[in-house]
Amino acid sequence: MRFLITAASDPEASGTDGPPDDETFTAYMRFNEEMHRAGVLIASEGLNPARKGARVGISKGKRTVLDGPFAESKELVGGFYLIEVPSLEEAVQWALRCPVGLGTADVLTIHPMTEPSDIPPQYLEMIRKAAPTWSEAFRGKRG
Amino acid sequence: MADGPAPTKETIEAVWRIESARVIGGLVRVVRDLSLAEDLAQEALLAALERWPQTGVPDNPGAWLTTVAKNRAMDHLRRSRMLERAHSTIQGEAFKSVDSREIESDVDESVGDDLLRLVVIACHPVLSKDARVALTLRLLGGLTTDEIARAFLVTEATIAQRIVRAKRTLTEARVPFDVPRGQDLASRLPSVFEVVYLIFNEGYAATRGEDWMRVELCEDALRLGRIVAALVPDNAEAHGLLALMELHASRANARIGPSGEPILLLDQDRSRWDPRLVHGGLAVLARAESLARPLGPYTLQAAIAACHARARSAGETDWKRIVALYDALVEITQSPLVELNRAIAVGMEFGPAVALELVDGLVDDPALKDYHLLPSVRGDLLYKLGRLDEAGGEFARAAAMTQNAREREFLLGRARACG
Repeated sequence: MRFLITAASDPEASGTDGPPDDETFTAYMRFNEEMHRAGVLIASEGLNPARKGARVGISKGKRTVLDGPFAESKELVGGFYLIEVPSLEEAVQWALRCPVGLGTADVLTIHPMTEPSDIPPQYLEMIRKAAPTWSEAFRGKRG
Repeated sequence: MADGPAPTKETIEAVWRIESARVIGGLVRVVRDLSLAEDLAQEALLAALERWPQTGVPDNPGAWLTTVAKNRAMDHLRRSRMLERAHSTIQGEAFKSVDSREIESDVDESVGDDLLRLVVIACHPVLSKDARVALTLRLLGGLTTDEIARAFLVTEATIAQRIVRAKRTLTEARVPFDVPRGQDLASRLPSVFEVVYLIFNEGYAATRGEDWMRVELCEDALRLGRIVAALVPDNAEAHGLLALMELHASRANARIGPSGEPILLLDQDRSRWDPRLVHGGLAVLARAESLARPLGPYTLQAAIAACHARARSAGETDWKRIVALYDALVEITQSPLVELNRAIAVGMEFGPAVALELVDGLVDDPALKDYHLLPSVRGDLLYKLGRLDEAGGEFARAAAMTQNAREREFLLGRARACG
């Protein structure tokens, strides 16, 4: 089973948009190394603070830029891990090892990912029709 | 400690699965006895199951488990020293060269070496294949005896006995506990790869039972493959094996029909291949190819799988390249099984008559005597040549030879279709 672990932090606590201190950064890298060596890490990326981003939503039936760049923002997503483990319990145990510490109210969310076996067969034809080049490109570079 | 509800047995077992290899690996380094190290680790697990429901999972559960195991080791050491004068025991023997300071040394120091030591011991050539598989899943995969037994459709007692016997064999053979390096390491790795691939194949093409696949076992093998590749990152074949497994696993959903029947590669709906595994497999293959001089057997097989992965439809398969890769593979392995697969590829590129000639050259090979795919492939070629009577006979023969119920039904279906 694959799980997406996302880290959200409270911007008020972290104070700056600067890079994490050496100790925190090293702890994160050790965590990455540990998951890689344990054979569970599929992918991971860091995200720059959301206050440098923007937010788009539907407002009164119209698509509008709601906000941003932000003076402050709740629910900053700091990055994600994509891991493959046999159970939610194990995903939770890995999340508990994450050295979250960029803010005081860090929250990790563990989402089970949609597996190909979860996709109803009738969607496959729709994918092929609606996204012919995407479904090809996504399968990998062809030789 | 993490606040929240008291950890359940499942939670503690999940922690164990994460920690066990490192805990056992560290203990093996210190006590230089696999049985003893595992017994100590099991005692630590029991202690965790007893205590953590009250105290919660500690912040560093690996260190906690190791500390408990080390304390038990100290107890054993004291006891065996007392016993030493009376009579010699295996534990006494094991402890002769160990002093308490070593036990107290930092077990976290060299995790990579500890895991490497553990994997080469678990896959030691002195052990039978069955024993290597069970020991590797138990020590490296963190599976319980019960989980291994369920995966292989045997009783828990069978697996437990297999593991006990394997550990005894290792003790009696006085298998060294040094971490192999250089050429020594290179010579030990093929056995490690073989074990991982055996586990994968048992999950991918279940040789026994009702189901055509056992997905969890494939996932265990992929995880082991990633662990091994991380342990020997410069070894081309470690990546070749991982690429091979990922590319094969990418087809998992497409190779089983709605009622559980197998669907052959060329008949599969390729949009159901898992793009993540295809993508990952191709990337890992590229790494293997960049490291290999020349390509080894796993990398070659992965390269063949990649030819299928890259073809949008079965008709677009680059069979010429596949035949060329099989040529190289036959040269390395000298395996009649590989020649059989090469013959299939030849048939796709040059027609069934040429392929049938090649297959007919293999029918008397003793290595393929009981192999159901030989009559199955012959049947397919005869079918394509319109020789339906003979084809039907071959499919029926193949059906009688396979031990997998799903495959038997499939082959009987093909036999019926012949007439």
